Amino acid sequence: MTTVIDLLAEVLVRNGLITAFLFVGIVVWISYFVSGKLTGGRLHGSAVAILTGLVLAYIGGVVTGGSQGLADIEIFVGVGLLGGAMVRDFAIIATAFGVQFDEIRKAGAGAIVSLFAGVFVSFIVGAMVAYAFGYTDAVSMTTIGAGAATYIVGPVTGTAIGASSEVIALSIAAGLVKSMLVMTGTPFVARVIGLNNPRSALVYGGLMGTTSGVAGGLAATDPKLVPYGAMTATFYTGLGCLLGPSVMFFAIRAMVG
Amino acid sequence: MVIYGVALLAGCMIAGIFIGELLGKLIGVQANVGGVGIAMLLLILASDYLRRHGRLNPVSRQGIIFWSSIYIPVVVAMAAKQNVIAAIKGGPAALLAGALAVVASFALVPVISRIGDGRVVRLDDGSGEDRS
Repeated sequence: MTTVIDLLAEVLVRNGLITAFLFVGIVVWISYFVSGKLTGGRLHGSAVAILTGLVLAYIGGVVTGGSQGLADIEIFVGVGLLGGAMVRDFAIIATAFGVQFDEIRKAGAGAIVSLFAGVFVSFIVGAMVAYAFGYTDAVSMTTIGAGAATYIVGPVTGTAIGASSEVIALSIAAGLVKSMLVMTGTPFVARVIGLNNPRSALVYGGLMGTTSGVAGGLAATDPKLVPYGAMTATFYTGLGCLLGPSVMFFAIRAMVG
Repeated sequence: MVIYGVALLAGCMIAGIFIGELLGKLIGVQANVGGVGIAMLLLILASDYLRRHGRLNPVSRQGIIFWSSIYIPVVVAMAAKQNVIAAIKGGPAALLAGALAVVASFALVPVISRIGDGRVVRLDDGSGEDRS
């Protein structure tokens, strides 16, 4: 029996990347199931899945004492490859496909202002919190600030400017908290912030930027508003990836040295 | 062919990352300056150009759409390979950074909605009160 298990383990290790596809597929499937059953879809499956990823990384760290989360366990080495910077950037760049600049121009000045304001405000707030908690170097502040933008802008920025895995993990967590708060909290604040028409939905999408959060939050508020919020939110991650490891990094570096 | 889409995506990524590295060298920082964002920009421009000239057929598109639709699983894998143990002590920072960013952004919704509003109203009533 042990030889059969050894043989299986050997096959899994030898085909690491494929094992990772299978494993991540199962994680995502379970997460969407949990999202649907336990939260009635209010907490989107993607958020549950990313949270599960962070928890698994913690477990990996406990089991191996290493610094690469689950990827330190031999049969999950492929997870490191699938979630590495190269594949990640490839997949994230692909999300820009089909985006049309004409749309944002038609959406008007408010939408464009909201995008820039959203990126800047999240960065600044995130970087200040990072500073307050002792992450006082420009690289960590920028990366955590980027995470407060979205959980994609965070790691992309962090990798580009050479942040540690620890700080990148924090940036993912910050973005995840934002995404979850936006998807669950929006219905409660919608009335206060005047989120009841297409124009404010456009602005809301540009300010929040987290596509899953915006889609979930608007769906729970008024499904008719989803396309408006989604339209501006689509541009947010690209803008964040452009400004994060450039303008924002230089500005924060100039301030803290 | 599907590979054409994948190759287009790859070309945009290589070009973007290369420009980012180049910018970093020029400015004198050890960073890839905006490379992924530049690559996204290139992909938007390239796919828009090809679409308008009818050069990107649905099969080729599949090569890009596949990668774009797999980004959440990739992010899950990315999360699973981080040094979360070391990050736990900074957990409150992450929570607060995310939460405060949301609060600040929520607060700006009515403010910026008003900016857009005013401008459009001004355009609509055609009173000629131009503000560029």
